[in-house]
Amino acid sequence: MGTKEINISIKEIETEIGNIKDLRFSVGRLAQETWDEPQGPTPFPSMSTLRNWDLTLLNRYKPFYLPFCDLCCLCTFGKCDLTGDKKGACGITMPGQQSRIVLLAACIGAATHTSHARELVTHLIEEFGADTRLDPGGLNIKVEAPITRLVCGMKPETLGDLEMVLDYSEQQITQLLACTHTGQEGNPVDLESKVMHTGMIDHLSMEVADIAQISSYDLPKADPNAPLVDIGFGSVDTTRPVILVIGHNVPPSVEIMDYMQDNELIGDIEVTGICCTGIDMTRYSSKAKIIGPISWQIRYIRSGIPDIIVVDEQCIRTDVLDEARALKIPVIATSGKNCLGLTDRTGDPPEEIIDDLVSGKIDGALIMNPGEVGVVAVRTAMQIAPKRKKKKSGIFLSPAEALEMAKECTQCRECRRACPNDIHIPDALKAFSRGEPAMLTGIYESCVGCIRCESACPQEIPIHSLIVAAGEDTLRNESFKLRAGRGAIQDIEIRQVGGPIVLGEIPGIVAFVGCANYPKGGNELAEMAIEFANRRFIVCTSGCAAMTIGMYRDEDGKSPYEVYSGTFEAGAIVNVGSCVSNAHISGAAVKIASIFARRNLRGNYAEIADYVYNRVGAVGVAWGAMSQKAVSIAAGFWRLGIPVIVGPHGTKYRRMLLGRSDHDEDWYVDDTRTGEKVYVGPVPEHLFIAVETKEEAMVMIAKLSMRPNDTSRGRALKLTHYIDLHRRLLGAMPTDIHRFVRMEADIPITMKEDIVAILKEKDWKETVIPDPTLLPEKEAFP
Amino acid sequence: MSQEAWLTAEVAGPKKASLITKPEIADAMIRRAKRPIFVVGSIAAEIDLEEKKLIDYVIAMAKRYNIQVVATGNTNNEFLKRGFTPDAVMPAVDIGNRLTDPRWQGVDGKGPHDLAIFVGLPYQMGWTILSGLKNFAPNLKTISLDNVYQPNARWSFSNISIKNWIMNLEAILVNRED
Ligand code: SF4
Ligand code: SF4
Ligand code: SF4
Repeated sequence: MGTKEINISIKEIETEIGNIKDLRFSVGRLAQETWDEPQGPTPFPSMSTLRNWDLTLLNRYKPFYLPFCDLCCLCTFGKCDLTGDKKGACGITMPGQQSRIVLLAACIGAATHTSHARELVTHLIEEFGADTRLDPGGLNIKVEAPITRLVCGMKPETLGDLEMVLDYSEQQITQLLACTHTGQEGNPVDLESKVMHTGMIDHLSMEVADIAQISSYDLPKADPNAPLVDIGFGSVDTTRPVILVIGHNVPPSVEIMDYMQDNELIGDIEVTGICCTGIDMTRYSSKAKIIGPISWQIRYIRSGIPDIIVVDEQCIRTDVLDEARALKIPVIATSGKNCLGLTDRTGDPPEEIIDDLVSGKIDGALIMNPGEVGVVAVRTAMQIAPKRKKKKSGIFLSPAEALEMAKECTQCRECRRACPNDIHIPDALKAFSRGEPAMLTGIYESCVGCIRCESACPQEIPIHSLIVAAGEDTLRNESFKLRAGRGAIQDIEIRQVGGPIVLGEIPGIVAFVGCANYPKGGNELAEMAIEFANRRFIVCTSGCAAMTIGMYRDEDGKSPYEVYSGTFEAGAIVNVGSCVSNAHISGAAVKIASIFARRNLRGNYAEIADYVYNRVGAVGVAWGAMSQKAVSIAAGFWRLGIPVIVGPHGTKYRRMLLGRSDHDEDWYVDDTRTGEKVYVGPVPEHLFIAVETKEEAMVMIAKLSMRPNDTSRGRALKLTHYIDLHRRLLGAMPTDIHRFVRMEADIPITMKEDIVAILKEKDWKETVIPDPTLLPEKEAFP
Repeated sequence: MSQEAWLTAEVAGPKKASLITKPEIADAMIRRAKRPIFVVGSIAAEIDLEEKKLIDYVIAMAKRYNIQVVATGNTNNEFLKRGFTPDAVMPAVDIGNRLTDPRWQGVDGKGPHDLAIFVGLPYQMGWTILSGLKNFAPNLKTISLDNVYQPNARWSFSNISIKNWIMNLEAILVNRED
């Protein structure tokens, strides 16, 4: 690494001023140069260091604000009505307020990943020591932490080194959050620049978290052939004691599996996970099983199958304890960030806690030591399982009960008016009570398990349970294979695909990431992933999206991970891992610039982002984006110039970043070969856009994968996909083809006649393919 | 008839859509508009209005009132199936964004639109885009013709039954024939 802090601690020292005990101090950060790459212009950038780069992007992609609330209630001057051109008592405008809320959300997201990373690194240092070497990919990876190198200009070598990165992240997030205070930043564009800074910090912290856990727990190390693991409700052997873990921070789950291993209990107990802890458990042990994404929480808990629930942090239903209590499932909370109101039993003798849990004296316990969680969870599950046999039936409601309940419905429609997907629940219940279950069964697929319908129902009908009862066959058949998260992309893989990507001959990298707030069920996501793998894109995925893609069967009964390669290559579906593994996707884009194109990475953010933006046809898709983390993850991609598409719920993120294809003046770049300004067309046309349907999303993915640097061969290929999808899914030729054809050689041969006719009609003129940059020369190559 | 959002939680701010209590209101707005535009979302082809679909009403209205049509999502397909070619195909947020630009010369390049009629978008997507227009397109009038209350439009139906909706849509078409 580049610099090191020296910590000195002295137990006891005799001095002139007396006897001093337990003295600890740091003597600053000493330079320790072991990395010969020259330091770039912006190591450890402050929130305004990269402002010019952000403004360059924001000049092309201006926010289209979609206020989700016309009021502000952040201070006691308020509520203030900001509608139209009104201002708040502090002077803020509606655009400023919307950008401020986006920044607030991004700060929540980045703080969440950073705090997760800190908790993980602190624990791993305690467990394995600060000198533990970072090794995310063995001999296959030399650029071990591309984002850290890029942002911080340092090369971390040990777990201890990562603490300095986190110090920086924490400091930045504190400052960014401070900007949202009343009377602080109010300029919308500056707020947007800060959103991008937050996103960059988020990717940094995600990278720290994942390389720390990969290195310490020996998770798959950039392994394209990581094992296939079980996913789905139907893969669980319910005759055994079952542990359910929910959340994102894996140490408690690791301790559970270690305890089972040490006591030869593997095979006797099922360890199952929901959300990213599930993903990371299966990276640690292929014996662990994933149930599904976050929307499976209620249906799985209500099945009664788990004998104990262990929650760590993030994306856990806050009513988990109430749901568990109803089925006498004890809950262990393991994080200070999510105590659930439980008594802190950390450090109590395990026997006592287990007795209290098994006897039902307590509903749950807070245990903030992962090792203790391992013992208590496993032994409680074993002792309580026989007592819970009747409750573990997995039957939600008997057919008679379900019918009885459906008959209680008065057709008031309150449930439908609460449902985020406007699902026609009342009609389905009416049909069900007449003995026609098909409609209710169909709802199972598109229900995101939020149970807002139940809260709204004046008849107190357990609507979600009715839906799951109707969909029970589907649920029980959920048994698929998922390729465990492989972690980073190897340097050699980057070398092999770098050229074809930058020249446009691999049509794009598309990353399906994010949460499970799908508008019409998860199959749409799997279908998109398959479509683009078949089109020879490199498909990457992570987190809940990776699970959803796995929960799909083709005609031969195979999941996509059984059919497609896990190597980072054209036509693959690459599961990198959990939420924090998203940093490997941005990291891969950055590594293309450094490993393939040999650009200096170190502390050289703007140049690398400019490279990625102009050359790497990567697109992020967060089809079911729901969380604040999704904002910060997206923002980290935006700053690198990687566009992000969200599903229809995504307009609630309060603003889009849209280009205007009709403003020709927006789409000029500098040609570094000639110094001329060259029109390159709207590529990529948008930086952040919500689309309405799966079909529209697919067309948009193909469109946003075009880049100024595409060779004619590459552009022709990308245009073929765009036009083909547009014709097939939207029914006609796109009308903007002339904006993407730079010279005749760009025209796909098979479509030549049609396209030439359009070009004539549009008065198209040939231009050149530049060596594109958005940075004035002196900034690009300082 | 009330100004209650269809999704209970989607309460708007102080400025809320006036109710289209009778079809003449919508009819008069469309009549008065010089450059109206229809923004038609994907649900328009899904909703059954007795023997027709919502999109069939849209086509009839667009023809009779000479309204330009933007198909969002994959709605274009459904229009083409019915032998009708929309004037533009673009994402809903893209057309929303352009409508906030007073210099934008409209889908045909002949001048800014003065009325946007929204129909068939997913509820919350329509809600948020109409909010963008309410706040940032002061010179544009907006109408929602869905059968649910869209508080951020300038004018909207309240949450009305399918039957009532059909009556209203038919009446708008009939009025125009006068
Ligand atoms: S922060 Fe500003 S706009 Fe918000 S309530 Fe306070 S004074 Fe009003
Ligand atoms: S649980 Fe399902 S049906 Fe109920 S409101 Fe949520 S998404 Fe709609
Ligand atoms: S809220 Fe309850 S009573 Fe009303 S329609 Fe829905 S299920 Fe029926």
